[in-house]
Amino acid sequence: MRRRYYGGRRRWEFVGMTRRELYGLLTGIIIFALASLLPLVNTGYGLSLGVTIAMYTVLSTSWALFSGPTHYISLATAAFFGLGMYVVGGGLEMYPFPILILIAAGVGAVLAGFIGIATLRLSGVYFVIFTLGLAELIRQLVTWGQTTLGTSSGLYVLTNIDEKMIYWQLLVLAAFVYLIGWWINRSKLGFALRIIGNDEKVAAHSGINTALVKVLLFMVSGSIAAVTGALLAPRWTYIEPTIAFSPMLSFLVVIMALIGGAHRLWGPVLGVVPFALVWDLITAKFPNQTALMLGIAFLLIVYAIPHGFIGLGEKYWAKYKVWRDRA
Amino acid sequence: MDIIIIGMLLGGAYALMAMGLQLQYGVARIMNLANGEMLVAGSFAAFWIFTGYQYSPVLSIVIVAPLAFGANWLIYKIFMRPLVKRAKSEGQLEVDSILSTFGQSFILVGLMLALFGGEYFSYSYLEEPFEIMGEAYELNRIIAFLFSAVLCGSLYFWLNRTRLGLTFRAVSVNAEAAGLVGINVPRAAALAFGIGGAVTASGGALLSMFLTFDASVGVIFTMKALVIVIMGGVRDIRGTILIAFVLGLAETAVASLIDPGLTLAAAYFLFIIILLFRPEGLFGRRSV
Repeated sequence: MRRRYYGGRRRWEFVGMTRRELYGLLTGIIIFALASLLPLVNTGYGLSLGVTIAMYTVLSTSWALFSGPTHYISLATAAFFGLGMYVVGGGLEMYPFPILILIAAGVGAVLAGFIGIATLRLSGVYFVIFTLGLAELIRQLVTWGQTTLGTSSGLYVLTNIDEKMIYWQLLVLAAFVYLIGWWINRSKLGFALRIIGNDEKVAAHSGINTALVKVLLFMVSGSIAAVTGALLAPRWTYIEPTIAFSPMLSFLVVIMALIGGAHRLWGPVLGVVPFALVWDLITAKFPNQTALMLGIAFLLIVYAIPHGFIGLGEKYWAKYKVWRDRA
Repeated sequence: MDIIIIGMLLGGAYALMAMGLQLQYGVARIMNLANGEMLVAGSFAAFWIFTGYQYSPVLSIVIVAPLAFGANWLIYKIFMRPLVKRAKSEGQLEVDSILSTFGQSFILVGLMLALFGGEYFSYSYLEEPFEIMGEAYELNRIIAFLFSAVLCGSLYFWLNRTRLGLTFRAVSVNAEAAGLVGINVPRAAALAFGIGGAVTASGGALLSMFLTFDASVGVIFTMKALVIVIMGGVRDIRGTILIAFVLGLAETAVASLIDPGLTLAAAYFLFIIILLFRPEGLFGRRSV
């Protein structure tokens, strides 16, 4: 441990981290350690819910890496996810599982790069529209490809990876996403991204290559979504285009991230946990009203909690501070 | 030859649906992602009026259009206006309106599912053969095309020749400047949003004459309308109409020559080409 002076104020730091960051890291490690104990306690319904929550945590946190600071709403999660799943389903006979995960990451990044180059130079609307149809486009192409090649419309994924393993793999991926997010926030890239989010013109005038920064970040986010799909493929023994490229996934990811708060790294998980639980209940009890619930959730985000739970918390924390200082 | 005529007939109805969105996005500046659901609501209304009261779907427009106008006007007043007011920048309004109209579209889907159930709907109206150049086509497609041509034509004329049309065009070019010369911009935006919804719902009533539909098909139409509007160039009616026909042709060609499951892929393929080579749209002006 060393002591350094910053502008006259004395602070201490540990391997380049301030006290606050160190506490954050320690809390994170404790939470992850606790979460990883879940399969030892429950291997039935609890574990399956845990896998779902871990999956959405990874997906919405990586979604927020890109969409949080830039405000570009990506609806392409399902496309990357499904692609990752199909990489595993199609390549399982040829390559070992870890290699396939790397391939999925590469395929996701390439696809994201291509979408980014086509749309991210333009205004946000083009991007939303393009990503909205992307999952459907790829689903149509995959279905068509499979039927013309003469095989059946689905693929068998037969592995000895059980739900416990999937859960732990997802936790590792989640930890990785948080580390990347933390590193990006500290780096020049994250700084550039925040400027772009605040005012893209200013960013361009200060010499930031805005298109390049956006494309790079989108590639990171897309690649992580593809890896998530690859990791989850063994959960289903048989995958079909309609399962892999379900558009509902993209919407749920957006809602969860925004309900939690997309402008902070640990915001989305605060939305994922409650929403995943509520969603589980709704799909079990009222399977016909899911569309209605999604709609209400969207309206809630726009009109009631525009900055998510985190935004609410920050607002009241600021109020509390004013009150405390006055007292 | 078959492909060309069927594609043109489909393009006519697409033109109407896309013009509705064009009015909402061009004048009211709201990217309405619930547009397709409004179209499907129009289809359901026509279906209901035809099967319940035996009135022709064409006549049902007389009821559908005013209802859709009222509904969309209210949606603008209740949901969109507060967003326009609170938005600090155009980008923020864009994000907010996208999320809000997404919410509306899901709620509409939910309501239609609750009212009509999840089955596919279609009805037979004027399924008689009609001959063009020795080949037979369904009469209902021809009627739908003629009516959408009449509606598109009158809309075009109205935008270019009347005072309210001039107002709309002024607001779409520059809302701030329009306000400065004494145009009531919020009123014009609400009217345009309402009229756009009415046009789209009429398109739905016409499409229902020959297409099968269900409660959740709206998002496909939303995507097609968006692709048409953007490809044609935002704030340009000519481009919208032209691209609607191009899309109708391309879809019919792909469906009959390659695979009917690839219609959306065809639309997206065109979209990518335009985005890569002419991102401002076919007739759009390059922004600085």
